[in-house]
Amino acid sequence: MTTDIHNKQIEQFLTFELAREVYGVEILKVQEIRGWEAVRVIPNAPSFIKGVLNLRGSVIPIVDLRERFSLDQCDYTQKTVVIVLCVRHHRTETFVIGIVADAVSDVLDIKLDEIKKAPNFGTQLDTGYMRGMHVYKKNMIMLLDVDKLLNPDEIDGMDTLDDISPLDNEDSLS
Amino acid sequence: MSIDMSQFHQVFFEECFEGLEAMESGLLSLDLGDIDSEVINTIFRAAHSIKGGSGTFGFTVVAGYTHIMETLLDEMRDGRRQVTKPAVDVLLGSVDCLRDMLTSIQNEEDIDMESAAKHQDALEIELTGAAGGHGVQESESTPLDVVELDSYLEEEPEEEALEEQGWKIAFCPYLNLLHTGNDPVRLFRQLSELGELTSTVNIQDIPPFAELEPEECNISWELKLVSNATEAEVRDVFSFVEDDCALEFTPLAKPKKVKKVAKPKPVTVVEEIQVETVTEEAIHVVLPVVKKPVVEADASKNAPKASSSIRVDTDKIDTLINMVGEVVITQSMLGLIGENFSMDKVGQLKRGLAQLERHTRDLQQSVMNIRMLPISFVFSRFPRLVHDISTQLGKKITLKLVGENTEVDKAVVELINDPLVHLIRNSLDHGIEMPAIRVAAGKSEMGTIELRAYHRGGHIVIEIVDDGGGLDKNRLLAKAIEKGLVEENVILSDKQIFELIFLPGFSTAEKLTDISGRGVGMDVVRRNIQSLGGNIDIIAELGKGTTIAIHLPLTLAILDGQSVAVGNETYIVPLVSIIESINITEKMLNKVAGKGETFKLRNEYLPIIRMREIFNVQSGTATKSNEGVIVVVEGQGALCGFLVDELLGQQQVVIKSLEANYRRVEGVSGATILGDGSVALILDVPGLVRLSVR
Repeated sequence: MTTDIHNKQIEQFLTFELAREVYGVEILKVQEIRGWEAVRVIPNAPSFIKGVLNLRGSVIPIVDLRERFSLDQCDYTQKTVVIVLCVRHHRTETFVIGIVADAVSDVLDIKLDEIKKAPNFGTQLDTGYMRGMHVYKKNMIMLLDVDKLLNPDEIDGMDTLDDISPLDNEDSLS
Repeated sequence: MSIDMSQFHQVFFEECFEGLEAMESGLLSLDLGDIDSEVINTIFRAAHSIKGGSGTFGFTVVAGYTHIMETLLDEMRDGRRQVTKPAVDVLLGSVDCLRDMLTSIQNEEDIDMESAAKHQDALEIELTGAAGGHGVQESESTPLDVVELDSYLEEEPEEEALEEQGWKIAFCPYLNLLHTGNDPVRLFRQLSELGELTSTVNIQDIPPFAELEPEECNISWELKLVSNATEAEVRDVFSFVEDDCALEFTPLAKPKKVKKVAKPKPVTVVEEIQVETVTEEAIHVVLPVVKKPVVEADASKNAPKASSSIRVDTDKIDTLINMVGEVVITQSMLGLIGENFSMDKVGQLKRGLAQLERHTRDLQQSVMNIRMLPISFVFSRFPRLVHDISTQLGKKITLKLVGENTEVDKAVVELINDPLVHLIRNSLDHGIEMPAIRVAAGKSEMGTIELRAYHRGGHIVIEIVDDGGGLDKNRLLAKAIEKGLVEENVILSDKQIFELIFLPGFSTAEKLTDISGRGVGMDVVRRNIQSLGGNIDIIAELGKGTTIAIHLPLTLAILDGQSVAVGNETYIVPLVSIIESINITEKMLNKVAGKGETFKLRNEYLPIIRMREIFNVQSGTATKSNEGVIVVVEGQGALCGFLVDELLGQQQVVIKSLEANYRRVEGVSGATILGDGSVALILDVPGLVRLSVR
C-alpha cells in the first residue's frame, strides 16, 4: 500500500470528525480539503449523495458519510468541510469524490502493525469498507478503505448501509 | 544524419496511411474490363512514396516489400501486364499487410512476419507465375528482390553490435561517378585500412535491364566503419569523390534506437543465409512468431495511438486567424474606453461588449469547426468491406455513397465506425439476397446498398438503405414470442416489431455465418448509438428492402441549451429538441383515468411529465403551483410536455461528463457549469420520456 520504501511500516492518515467519532483515510488518497458549499442535487440519487460540485471544471459527486453510516443528521455550518478524495476503481480508473466531514483533525503517522482488524459484527454491520482500527491517545480511530467505501459500483446498487434489502434506488426513494 | 528522425515519424505514418487508403480505393475502383491508366498511376505513386519514405526512415522491411508491389504495378502501368482479378486481390491483401506492418512499427511492436511472408509469397507468385506470355522483365525483377532481402539481412548482425566506436557512412554516388575515373572499390579498400569495414549495398534504384546504362552508377552504399578514426580522417578518403556523390556521416557510438525491424524469413535463398548468421539473430527470428497471438489480441489497442492528430483545412485556420484578429481589435477598443472612462461612454462600452460577445461566439464556432471532419473518413472504408464480403458470399452488390462530405465531430466519426460496420455487414449478409433469388423475385441481379449522410437540424442522419429482402414482420414476431421476449396475443405496431431486432439475443437467421447472425450486435449497436446521444430507427418492407436511419448529434462537446427552473434546481434542456414553450395554469391540464396528465395543444393531446415529480425535487415553492411552463419537446419520435416552474434563458453550454466521477443518471445526459460556477444538469429528453413511461 505505502509507496515510501524507507518507512515501509508507517503510513500517514488524515483524521476527521464525524458525529464525535474520529475516522481516518490514507493521506495519499486526499486531493484537497475545501469548505462546504451548495451543491447541485442529482435527481433520484441515493440520499447520501448530496449532489455534484464544480471542481475547477470537472463535476464531482459529494457523499455525506453521516447519511451513509446512518448517523444523526446535522446542519452544515461554516466549519463543515469537504475532503476531496481520489478513489481508485478497477485498477486503472480513478474517480474524484468529495466526502462531507464535521471537521478535519490531524495527520497521523501510524505503524501498520498498530492497525487492528475491525471486529466482526456479523450481519449487523458490514465492515468490509474498514481498513482497521487504531487507538490514538485512548481514542479509537476508524480507518476507512475509501476505494471500497466510495466505489461507484457500490454506490450504484445500494442505499444507506443499514438498508438490508438491496432495493432499486428509485423504488426506495419513491 | 544528426537530426532526430523520429520527429518526422508521425508525419511519415500519416502519409503512409493516406497512401494506403489511396491505393485501396484506387484498386477497388479499377474496372477490369477497361483500365484507367490514371488510376494505376495513382496507385503506383502512392506505393512509390511509401517505399521512398520507409527507405529514408530505415524501415527496410516495408521498403523491400513495397518494392515488390511497385514492380508489379509498374508492369501494369506500362501495359506489360494484364490487370486481373487475382492480381488486384493480391495487391489488396498486400495493402492490408503493409498497413499492419506500419501499425506495428508505429506502436513499436514486432512485425507479424508470418503473414507478411505469406503476402510476399503471394505477390511474388503473382509476379513470376503469371509471367506467362510477358517476357523478360519478371525473371529479372525477382532475383533482384531476393538480393535486396539479402542486403538487409546482412545488416542485422551489425546492428546488434552497437557499443563500437566508428562511423556510419551513407555513400550515394551520382550517376557520373564512374566517368570521373573513381572506383568505389578503391575507396572501400582505403576505408578498410582505417578499421573494420562492413558495407550494405542499396540497389533499389537500378533501372530495368532494358534501360540500364552500364556506365552509370545506380548503386548506393551504407558503410559501417568500426575504428577510432576521426571524422576528418574518414572524410579524407572521400576527398576525390566529394563532388560526385552525396555523403552523410553518423557516429556509431550514439546508441541508435534499435527498433530492429525483423526481416521476413521466407524466400528460400534467404533462409540459407539465415542459418549461417549468429544464434542471437535466430532468436530474433523466432520471437515475432511466438508473440503473434499476443499481438493479435492487442489489436484493438492500436486504434487510439493512431488518432492523436487531426488534419485541418487551411481555410478553416485562416478563418480562425481572422477571427482572433477581430477579437484583439475589439479588446483594444474596449481597453481604450476603459482607460479614460466617463459615464457618457456607456453606450460605446455596451456596443463594444456586444461586439466582443459576437466575436467570442464566432471564435468558438470556428474552433468547434476544426473538430469537424467529413464523414467520408468513415465511409471510405466500406467499399473495401463490401467488395470483400460480397466476394466471400458470392453476391453481387454495389455500394453507393451519398453525402460523404457531410461534416461531423471527430469524436462521433471515431465512435460511429464500429456500429456502421456491423450494420453494413448485416445488410450484406441478411439484407441482399443471392443473385438467383433476386432474379426470381424480379429484381436486378445486382444488389444495391446505399450509404447516405446529411444534416437535419442539429443532427446528422446516416442512412443505410438496401434493396434486399427486407424484414418479415410475422417471422420477427413469431421468433420473439418463441424466445419469450414478447407475450402472445400482444398487438404491436410495425415500428415496435422492427424494434425487436434490437433486443439482446434476437436473431432470425436460420444459420450462423462468420459474418453475422449470432444475435449479438444489434443491441450493442443501439447501445453505442444511444451512448453518443443518438437514436436508431428501422423501416423495412418485405421483399423490397430495409432502411436503417441513425440520428446523431453533430458535436459531443457543446450544445445550445434552454435553462429552466424547477424549485431551486436549474436544468438545461437541449434547444434542438424543444418545439415550443407555453405558459399554463393548473386548470389547463386534464387527467386521464385519474392518473396520467395531458394537455390539449391545438388538436393534440400531449402527455405531461412533471419535472418536479420525476426528479423528486422537494425544494422551492409549493408542490402544486398554479402556474408553470410547459416545454414541448420531441423525444423518441413523439411529442411530450415537460412541466417546469420557469424558463430562465438560452445559452451555449459546454458538456461535462457526469460519468467521469460518478455514474450515469437516468434522464440526465450530462452536466455543465453555469456562469456563476454552479453545476446544472442537462436533460436527456428521450431518456426522460422513457423514464416517464415506466
